[in-house]
Amino acid sequence: MAPDTKHLEVTLDTHVESVNLAEEMCVRVAEAVGFNEDECYRIGMSVREGVINAFHYGNQEKPEKKIHLAVDITGEKLIIHVTDEGKGFRLSDVPDPLAEENLLSTSGRGIFLMRAFMDEFDVVSGSTGGAELVMAKKLPPSAGSSNHGSGAPNSDATPHQEA
Amino acid sequence: MPSLYSTTRETGSITLVDLSGRIALGEGSALLRKTVRDILDSGRVKIILNLGDVNYIDSSGIGELVSGFTAVRNRGGELKLLNLTKKIHDLLQITKLFTVFDVYSDESTAVASFHE
Repeated sequence: MAPDTKHLEVTLDTHVESVNLAEEMCVRVAEAVGFNEDECYRIGMSVREGVINAFHYGNQEKPEKKIHLAVDITGEKLIIHVTDEGKGFRLSDVPDPLAEENLLSTSGRGIFLMRAFMDEFDVVSGSTGGAELVMAKKLPPSAGSSNHGSGAPNSDATPHQEA
Repeated sequence: MPSLYSTTRETGSITLVDLSGRIALGEGSALLRKTVRDILDSGRVKIILNLGDVNYIDSSGIGELVSGFTAVRNRGGELKLLNLTKKIHDLLQITKLFTVFDVYSDESTAVASFHE
């Protein structure tokens, strides 16, 4: 990790409430580094969808499994990792929700929304063998000062809490 | 505090549902599902969902709207949407669902559309 990267890490229970918690936490970080209201909404929605994916598809709602959320703030980007303890998946296997035959599907839009709302999105194999969703957004131009100010998470602290 | 509130009104054979809050994974989506199911179970199949005070919807909520749309259509009825906020309008647009739902910005026009 680059020396100027700030890092936050939280381990969440496989529970519906974790979805709200993760969203709120990342929106606060996004606000602190200077993203505007619309971008905070998009970041929050993407985190929400990532954690829903981990909760429902990855961990299959099994309470003994955990969801790992990590946030890195580099000099250029806000990078969010959502890792589950499932079996992993490949992006190429995810059906296109915009295809005519999928338009009336009641699920399967989360990945699409994350890709639409973030600047970068990828799925890799996590350290536990599950899926690790990696999404990033370029910091706004105004973030230069606030990134090093009191509003941003402290790089000296790497909280690790059980939610 | 509930994340979604729902009140139901009737205009002739049409049922209007005023929703406010968040339609998201958990009780918001569940309440919408129950509301639509209860209306259908009462034999009414012309439904307008007023989303004017819905400030947030996630993929679970979108799925619930689609589920309601399909359930109503399967009973020979129609489910229409009224008063989308910009965020919900944009979400339905990027997910191509704007072409699926009948969407109105005026209640009387939405009600009249059932008589066309």
